[in-house]
Amino acid sequence: MQVSVYRYNPDTDEAPEMREMTVRLPEGRDLMVLDVLELLKVEDPSLSYRRSCREGVCGSDGINMNGKNGLACITPVSEIVRRGKLVLRPLPGLPVIRDLVVDMSQFYRQYEKIDPFLQNDSPPPAQERLQSIEEREKLDGLYECILCACCSSACPSFWWNPDKFIGPAGLLQAYRFLADSRDTATAERLAKLEDPFSVFRCRGIMNCVSVCPKGLNPTRAIGKIRSLLLQQGT
Amino acid sequence: MVTNVTSLTRSGLLDFLVQRVSAVIIGLYALCVVGFFLANPALGHADLVGYFGSTSMKLFSTVTVIATVGHAWIGMWTIGTDYIGPHYFGRHATAYRFTYQSGCLLVLFVYAVWALTLFWGR
Repeated sequence: MQVSVYRYNPDTDEAPEMREMTVRLPEGRDLMVLDVLELLKVEDPSLSYRRSCREGVCGSDGINMNGKNGLACITPVSEIVRRGKLVLRPLPGLPVIRDLVVDMSQFYRQYEKIDPFLQNDSPPPAQERLQSIEEREKLDGLYECILCACCSSACPSFWWNPDKFIGPAGLLQAYRFLADSRDTATAERLAKLEDPFSVFRCRGIMNCVSVCPKGLNPTRAIGKIRSLLLQQGT
Repeated sequence: MVTNVTSLTRSGLLDFLVQRVSAVIIGLYALCVVGFFLANPALGHADLVGYFGSTSMKLFSTVTVIATVGHAWIGMWTIGTDYIGPHYFGRHATAYRFTYQSGCLLVLFVYAVWALTLFWGR
């Protein structure tokens, strides 16, 4: 199979290039894109990419495959390859460190902005803060995010203003804490999101939903944050 | 660096509300005018003057022009702060963006004054 891979080593290359490589796939079984990367690395050990758990849990190997962001370890080659060719690029919109490895600093700074931890000023109970089944169910579809950055790096609003728009991943997590019955910092959290950029720069194009490897819906969470802001502000 | 400074409201929530309320006003006005044209296919100058010259229509037109100016400004400001940034325009991005925003405001102001003069002038 022909694989076109984005290659860039800032220490030695003047500009990035797409390098054509060939990989021999085993007969009779479907590989994941991460397996293809491993085969390519055998051919060229200088190829750089991130990987860790190889089962869609750690979120390390988010890359762009034939134009769509996803996790290489859980994306079958048969699902993504078109006309016998696979094009692999780093996640778009993030600075490239080397080959398929991107600098996630800006992404994490936006995550940090939403205070991703439970805030509750009341004295803690002897054992734990309890939730009803209904309260706990509100966190489904939110807590599963693994911060792979596939969604935020597919979002044009994040490309244009990565320092101001929180991005779909950060906003999904922002709503995860706004929806948590044990968190009492709702007003403070909403006050931080009311400006024209943090939440309202989302134009609802839903690239985030179409690429999320965990099947989550950041656009819905953003809509809920807007509703909370409306309830509080009107 | 792209900032909130030229956002007239500095509030995403207020901009969000203005865009939606103004869109409803513009939509109602469009329905009203298109409905009038469809219901009266053979219109002359006197009919149009009579329709748009009534006080209720003048007020509706004025509200719609104000809504259009608000709607357009928020939209154009958003476009400018998305695309006229350092990624495309380098270190002079702020100057280009400010020029673009000033141009937008000037055009909207002229349109608003022109429209109001048409509605209320003699």
